Amino acid sequence: MNGGGLDFEKPILELERKISDLRKFSAEEKIDVSEEIKSLQNKLKKIKDEVFCGLSASQRVQIARHPKRPYFMDYADRIFSFFLELHGDRRFSDDKALIGGLAEIDSVKIMAIGHQKGRDTKENLLRNFGCAHPEGYRKALRLMKIAEKMKIPVVSFIDTPGAYPGIGAEERGQAEAIAVNLREMSLVQVPIICVIIGEGGSGGALGIGIGDKILILQNAYYSVISPEGCAAILWKDRAKAKVAAEALRLTAGDLIKIGIVDEIVAEPSGGAHRDAGEAADNLKKALVKNLKELQKIPVSTLVRNRYNKFRKMGAYEGEENGSKNKKSKNQ
Amino acid sequence: MSLFGRKKSPAAQTKKSNIPDGLWIKCKGCNDTLYTKKLDENGKVCPKCGFHYPLRAFERIDITVDKGTFEEINAGLRSIDSLDFFDSKKYEHRIKQAEEKTKMKEAVITGTAQIEKIKIALGVMDFSFMGGSMGSVVGEKITRLIEFAADEDLPVVIFSTSGGARMQESTLSLMQMAKTSAALARLSEKGLFYISVLADPTTGGTTASFASLGDIIIAEPGALIGFAGPRVIKQTIQQELPSGFQRSEFLLEHGLIDIIVKREDLRKTIASILKFAVK
Ligand SMILES: [Zn+2]
Repeated sequence: MNGGGLDFEKPILELERKISDLRKFSAEEKIDVSEEIKSLQNKLKKIKDEVFCGLSASQRVQIARHPKRPYFMDYADRIFSFFLELHGDRRFSDDKALIGGLAEIDSVKIMAIGHQKGRDTKENLLRNFGCAHPEGYRKALRLMKIAEKMKIPVVSFIDTPGAYPGIGAEERGQAEAIAVNLREMSLVQVPIICVIIGEGGSGGALGIGIGDKILILQNAYYSVISPEGCAAILWKDRAKAKVAAEALRLTAGDLIKIGIVDEIVAEPSGGAHRDAGEAADNLKKALVKNLKELQKIPVSTLVRNRYNKFRKMGAYEGEENGSKNKKSKNQ
Repeated sequence: MSLFGRKKSPAAQTKKSNIPDGLWIKCKGCNDTLYTKKLDENGKVCPKCGFHYPLRAFERIDITVDKGTFEEINAGLRSIDSLDFFDSKKYEHRIKQAEEKTKMKEAVITGTAQIEKIKIALGVMDFSFMGGSMGSVVGEKITRLIEFAADEDLPVVIFSTSGGARMQESTLSLMQMAKTSAALARLSEKGLFYISVLADPTTGGTTASFASLGDIIIAEPGALIGFAGPRVIKQTIQQELPSGFQRSEFLLEHGLIDIIVKREDLRKTIASILKFAVK
């Protein structure tokens, strides 16, 4: 657990190291230090509670971006009993930042799609830091159409800083690729579950984010813009990212309140990276439960509900629903 | 005289234009000195170089539809600061400022109108209202317009100009992309036609939703159209952007839009397309 720790994690990591050193020492020297360890463990629990219960929005963003946080394929390895990756958008290339394939979870067959980040520099070059190009979104849609044919649910794993802002991405229609997914996902005739496992970066996240149930991991975030980008534009100062993170209401707790997500999936204390196994177990349980529920709903009802779910998102005043589309001559 | 010689509505006359105050300006396109009255008379297109200046929504409506046929719907919708958003100013305060500056309630006007006697559902965005950003009201008005068109069997024409999703409404504004796009799916299922017209600039969440979903997409010449803004792209790739990047002509070359139409020909072109689409 050494290295790669976030600032607020440091006292915890230090204590954990002390406990493990003490254990090693006691084993080697055959000295009983159980009392000391017990006291340190109590102290550790206290610090953990203090630190992790009162995490600020920007600290949660840091956890969501933690270099050791489990990524899509880390969950796939732990959750799926079968996975067959399918490649390519049939038009331009195979995007390694947005991947997918046939999967089995608790003997339910699904189409799994998701953003994939890299663990090191080499991997990140391949995965483009989880920032997909248009071909990624087009591949994702192609796979969803396959799911429709197979009558199997779609589960999307969202984890991206955003869709890639580059020359090729613009040349090949990044905006159009995302827009088409938003339109088509609203019509997909099988259940769709979306789960934000790390970063829910704006349109790049939404591009695979239209579904019947939207889940979010406890420390994941979902936002219209990165806190840094927002700070740069509205405060003209990237250093104001912490304040921006609060203002954007991007944490799981905020998003439940606003009505953007349906369910929070608990993470192990301190974040998914501290125990990927536990995080995966929780996620698996939540997915299986929701898959079972959604599969009971007739498809026509499902698709109608999906439309209404997004239809009612937004906050405004001025006219009651009853007077919808009322004409007023003002010209 | 007014825009393209058509009589200006009283509303358009009271609205201030995006052209800086003063009788003369230096043209952004050709650097020549322009008499603003001449520019206004020419539909805010530079008579020398053809540079297209932004139009206010009411000016756009005025030069596009048959005289006196526009009827606004959902005019009363107004943004609220449901997230209690603050930066250097409170969002509520920014809305009020925008309202005072633009004399509009939001960045889009929607309604019905006729173009060469063909009835359409019309949406027109206005960049002067908070950069044409899409918050809940823009999303709601566009969605209601599309649903209205679907109910009334009307073709839809939307003029977009927007900096993207409105940050002050965070994920609520992001979800307007989903909402508007889903409404277009329903319109399409009913076999109804949608013409999307893109004006300078159209970027971000607006481009990544309804603006890119036109059955036919028209752009004005030289308009900046893209997903990411050029500044963000430059920062990300750490290199200069090719000249003409993300302009209408670039999009046409890459197969992303159907046609580039000069402002003075827009009404005619839209009408001729509608004559194919509406039986
Ligand atoms: Zn000029």
